[in-house]
Amino acid sequence: MVFSPNELTSYLIIGAVLFSLGLLCVLTRRNAISVLMGVELILNSANINYVAFSHFGSGNLDGQIYAMFVIMLAAAEAAVGLAIVLAIFQLFHTIDVEAAQTLKE
Amino acid sequence: MDISTAVFYLIAIITVGSAAVVAFSPNIIYSAFSLLGTFAGVAGLYVFLGADFVAGVQVLIYVGGILVLILFAVMLTHRITDVEITNRAAGRIPGLLIVAVFLVLLVQSIRETPWVRVKEVAHQPTTARIGDLFLENYLLPFELASLVLLAAMIGAVVLSRKEIKD
Repeated sequence: MVFSPNELTSYLIIGAVLFSLGLLCVLTRRNAISVLMGVELILNSANINYVAFSHFGSGNLDGQIYAMFVIMLAAAEAAVGLAIVLAIFQLFHTIDVEAAQTLKE
Repeated sequence: MDISTAVFYLIAIITVGSAAVVAFSPNIIYSAFSLLGTFAGVAGLYVFLGADFVAGVQVLIYVGGILVLILFAVMLTHRITDVEITNRAAGRIPGLLIVAVFLVLLVQSIRETPWVRVKEVAHQPTTARIGDLFLENYLLPFELASLVLLAAMIGAVVLSRKEIKD
């Protein structure tokens, strides 16, 4: 296996590494904003796979369209997620995800 | 090794390296800023894959929008002096173990799968064809996307406003 820009597997491996690092962020971080950063890494790795398969696999642009929908949803997710983080911060004065355990005041 | 391969290696190293900083840095400001390297590196990978419009969208939305939003949230929720202690990680050893096993499985399956390649696709501008697809085959998801963005905007405003207690 060669690691070059003309091989599908090199892009898939970069995507797999990004996904693993994002998963590690989500699993181990206790800061809510860091968890959201991990989610962004995971979404980016999925997008790399979409665009790589669109380029090497089918040759049409459907994968790029899906990648753009994922980017759109990531923007919406970031806006709502960070708004929730700010609301939690106002309530608990911390954004440690283990500290926010109650559902309602 | 020709120049494009060297640039590809550089972009891959920048992408994975800054993602590693995001995952391992004890300082959340460093994490947030190294997300910039990851997003820019992924945009470079899109250019290598002949997806010029997606690369532009990636730079505009991720680097220009989401990253600024994340930095905003970091600045709003932390006293800057506390920054070293606020990004702690729990259960790092078991997490690393699970993720390492998962990564090995992923890479092994990627290497062993016989991927089919249809043909050599020439790099050509994609913007016009993407616009056609958005207004023909993907018209309904495209319109739904605007509704989702509107709902997310209103939701973010409602969630983050100051609670007025009477």
